[in-house]
Amino acid sequence: MAELLAELEGVTAGYGGPPALEDVGFRVREGERIGVLGPNGGGKSTLFKVMLGVLPVTRGRVDIRARCGFVPQTERSRLDYPVSALDVVLMGALGTLPWWRRPGRPERRSALAALELVGLERLARRTFGELSGGQRQRVLIARALMQDAKLLLLDEPFAGIDAASGARVMDLIDQLALRGHGLMIATHDIEQATAWGSVLCLNRRQVAFGPSRTTLTREVLEETHGAALVTLPGSGRDAPQAALQPPHHHHHPG
Amino acid sequence: MTAVWHALADPWSEPIVALAGAEVALLALVSGTLGCWIVLYELSYGAESLSHALLPGLVLAALTGIPLLLGGAIGLLVAIVAVGLAQRIDGIDPDAAIAVAITSLVGLGALLALAPASPPGIGGILFGDVLAVTDGDLLAAVGLAVAVIAGLRLLHGRLLLAGFDRATARALGARPLLAELGLLALVAATIVVAVQALGNLLVVALLVGPASAAQLVSNRLVPMMCAGVLTALAGGIGGLYLSYYAGTAGGASIAGAIVALYLLAVGASTGGRAARALGGAGP
Repeated sequence: MAELLAELEGVTAGYGGPPALEDVGFRVREGERIGVLGPNGGGKSTLFKVMLGVLPVTRGRVDIRARCGFVPQTERSRLDYPVSALDVVLMGALGTLPWWRRPGRPERRSALAALELVGLERLARRTFGELSGGQRQRVLIARALMQDAKLLLLDEPFAGIDAASGARVMDLIDQLALRGHGLMIATHDIEQATAWGSVLCLNRRQVAFGPSRTTLTREVLEETHGAALVTLPGSGRDAPQAALQPPHHHHHPG
Repeated sequence: MTAVWHALADPWSEPIVALAGAEVALLALVSGTLGCWIVLYELSYGAESLSHALLPGLVLAALTGIPLLLGGAIGLLVAIVAVGLAQRIDGIDPDAAIAVAITSLVGLGALLALAPASPPGIGGILFGDVLAVTDGDLLAAVGLAVAVIAGLRLLHGRLLLAGFDRATARALGARPLLAELGLLALVAATIVVAVQALGNLLVVALLVGPASAAQLVSNRLVPMMCAGVLTALAGGIGGLYLSYYAGTAGGASIAGAIVALYLLAVGASTGGRAARALGGAGP
């Protein structure tokens, strides 16, 4: 059986006020891809902060057995910053180096290897801000790999990138799972989440967790997004393909 | 040829100019490197505010005869506390609160300086007197340069990460707050020391100008810092020549030279972009 990377049980966490996330419990193993679904403010970021150890839990048990790496949204990264793709990946070495040491030759070698893994070794010297959205996202994934992270937490990796780049990121996720990484991917896109093995549905509490084929029922999706569902034409009776009809605004593209 | 050489060499035969040149070179090293972080962390407005707000401390030091360095440091502490308190007032935009706190302090400084009982010399505090640099000032600048270069070397990776994406820094094992506090301490120390040479009103030109020019012409941090130091050095030395031959005020000449170099960089970067756009549009 694949090695257990993380286990959460009855976890509640928040920022001082009412809990941002309640009663969360699940396991991640090597090679697993888990789609994390939920509306904005549904607790996806809170869950990641808990797993990264930067937000303490108010209740429950968090057992993280592998190094966790975080991949932020590229939409939020600074494009005016004077750094190369390689410089960004090298930032991943900071946590493992003593505070007075700067990355040296071994770190540069690992960083280039990480860039090679995401297919960007030829753009290592390119300015980060000049890369396309999809390439920037892959650089940020390489930075998490540089941390030697076995468990990767990706925050909306498809936000703000085009379909072709999205497909490459999707491939990379599959590749990393095959190499034994566990991946948790926060997303708005239900269809994408179905492509991965499991889903975790959050809406300020855990709505459901399990294999995506059986877990993503209409009830679960409605409870997760707090919105009425419209089934897309052409989707089968049990297929989870569905479009959301949020009560106030248009569906946010994933 | 000899005439040009004489024109270039003459000013330095005067001890006060040589001393000013050494001070300017040390401050160029500090402002060219530290300034890059000020610009990247968008601290320019804060640095300007703090440098203005320490005026009452400087004036009180001049009135009571304590060293300006000490007066400036006390003034800076008072300014930091005033800004911190002003930001906590509910219902007021923090920027507006800071502006009120800073102008109050500048007003208080002017009130003290322009009182009939005050000795003359307020100009030196507002605009600096780079040609009156003492051995003590130079020693302070050496100490500052060592502290800033060592501090930036140690904080480099953390500052780079926290400035790039602060929200993720902790997840990557860095404590951004610590790096930022270190940076602010270096900025505060630089303002207190550099104010002696360039004055309360002009010190920001040195802290922000060269780094802003450097940002326009470089896309990596270390080259940006080198360009910042060179720009500050060229502006500082050029300003001293201007002051020597045109008889203009030293601090103002330096600030003017830095602004001229900044405008040159704006021109170069705009021209470069236009040329690239034209090249890209061509066959």
